[in-house]
Amino acid sequence: MTGNSLLSVEDVTVNLPTPRGNLRAVDHVDLTVGAGRTLGVVGESGCGKTMLSRAILQLLPKKAKLSGRVMFDGQDLLKLSPEKLRQLRGRSLAVVFQDPMTSLNPVLTIGTQLIETLQEHLELDDAAATRRSVELLAAVGIPAPEQRLAQYPHQLSGGMRQRVAIAIALSCEPKLLIADEPTTALDVTIQAQILDLLAREQRRRHMAMIIITHDLGVVAGRTDEVAVMYAGRVVERAPTPDLFKKMRMPYTEALLAALPRLDAAPHTPLPAISGRPPDPTRPLRGCSFSPRCRYALARCQAEKPALEAAETSAHTFACFHPIETRADANA
Amino acid sequence: MAFFVARRLLYLVPVLIAVSLLTFSIASLLPGDLAYTILGDQATPENVAALRADMGLDQPIWWRYLSWLGGVLQGDFGRSFRTGQTVLQAVGERLPVSIELMLLAQLGALGIGVPLAIICAARSGGPFDRFMTGTAFGMLSVPTFLSAILLIYFFAVELRWLPATGYVPFGEDPAANLRFMVLPALTLALAEWPSIMRVLRSDMIATLQEDYISLAKAKGLKASRILFVHALKPSSLTLVTITGINIGRLIGGAVIVETVFALPGIGRLLIGAILTRDLIILQGVVLLVGAGFVIMNFIVDLLYAVLDPRIRHGHA
Repeated sequence: MTGNSLLSVEDVTVNLPTPRGNLRAVDHVDLTVGAGRTLGVVGESGCGKTMLSRAILQLLPKKAKLSGRVMFDGQDLLKLSPEKLRQLRGRSLAVVFQDPMTSLNPVLTIGTQLIETLQEHLELDDAAATRRSVELLAAVGIPAPEQRLAQYPHQLSGGMRQRVAIAIALSCEPKLLIADEPTTALDVTIQAQILDLLAREQRRRHMAMIIITHDLGVVAGRTDEVAVMYAGRVVERAPTPDLFKKMRMPYTEALLAALPRLDAAPHTPLPAISGRPPDPTRPLRGCSFSPRCRYALARCQAEKPALEAAETSAHTFACFHPIETRADANA
Repeated sequence: MAFFVARRLLYLVPVLIAVSLLTFSIASLLPGDLAYTILGDQATPENVAALRADMGLDQPIWWRYLSWLGGVLQGDFGRSFRTGQTVLQAVGERLPVSIELMLLAQLGALGIGVPLAIICAARSGGPFDRFMTGTAFGMLSVPTFLSAILLIYFFAVELRWLPATGYVPFGEDPAANLRFMVLPALTLALAEWPSIMRVLRSDMIATLQEDYISLAKAKGLKASRILFVHALKPSSLTLVTITGINIGRLIGGAVIVETVFALPGIGRLLIGAILTRDLIILQGVVLLVGAGFVIMNFIVDLLYAVLDPRIRHGHA
């Protein structure tokens, strides 16, 4: 499984003690990302996708308990010394957070926040670091980059701030960029621009990328592979074209159906997924989606389906009653 | 920024007028006639009436306030009827003592409180944090006269390292001056560091939960840079407020500490004026101290703008 992959998440489980009991945020997740490849992690709020990204970055809350292995570039991140980990973060492993309104320090200038990252990891004097910062800001599409260095985050719009956050993430040419809902907090008109920027820089720099999102529309056409998460587990995983051609897991189907469509008749009600995700402090015995699944049968409530391969080994899903492919249905 | 300063300065005017009005009325509403106090038991009604006319005490109160305020605006705060010293002379003699004490006390309190707060916040919930939080709470409840007496007992009586009481002006002998100042300043610092530490610690713990601190960690910055550059500045607004209030309060002298250590500061001047019913001195000192307090708050407001660019640019 490790082979030539850059990142491999092996059997990672995150438990969070809460006043209401233990919360299993991530439940035995396996994922791999090859060098230069893009993985989309999709799921609704609370499915554990952000906790998974924090587990990879080792930025979990102090009381969280993490087990499993996170192999990155041949090293187990969970076993690295704090100092080794610090040298890795920002250098070869970078992140863009969801909300650019809160992820930049309000009392430091854009220039300080960029230059400090560069100087922490690369041997650059002030002049070289400043020059590099201007180049980075220009590369992420910020007009008048020289003037921006002296500005504070609140003087920039949300989209511009996210571009700054991306420039910071790209600053040391990371091997892997984790974008955690990078467009959720932005205006719809800006979202596509930011996603295209990420895709363009990813190709140009040959870096691997994980896009975490609740929106299947974001990963379509922008990723090589998609993992769908539900209640802390990966429930379906496939190369992106395969997933959209013939999704097997009813949850993935429901997630796609919940996307607003341009070709729908006006005033068509948006099909929402009825019910709510299960309480993560009280694990279900069977399939965690079964209470909301319209195909669920008795076995779904009694037994947990394993993540198993379909006809192509790259497409795996955890379901006893997978959806028949459209091709099958038509035949 | 210039606009911000100008607007803030404008706010000062009504506040200072209110302070002067309150000061004047408190002194005027005290029971007893000043003329009798000055002339003593043997005064004849004629003498009293003459003195009252001389001092303007027979005028209506609003007239007395306006003429006093008029004098104040021209720099004439009046003079003591006992010593004949003007208010400005009396304050000018005492103020350096109180200001030196205040500065040393603040340096001590910040020097103890700030590092402890940062260490506690960085390891919040740990054994050191719990120990220091408990200690701070205990120290908060120790009155200054007690810690003053304990310090005198250990450092002056038992160890004989430092003088117990007395004062030498800084200009005469700086070394001796500082020796006299150590214990009083330490007494005040011991009373103030707990509040500084508690406030900064809790603000800093809140700041450390922010997204931008997670990002700073994800950028691979060193822990010291995250604490001192990314977390300390946005966490220090309440700290600045507390320090400003402490400074403002101590401009008016530390009555108990100045009394215990026999320092000739503003606090002792004020106490003396109250005990001898020297209303002119009392009025003048309270007004000056009040003005000092108001100006200190103004400086705190300016510091907010220095610390947080959003305030500077009018975004918050």
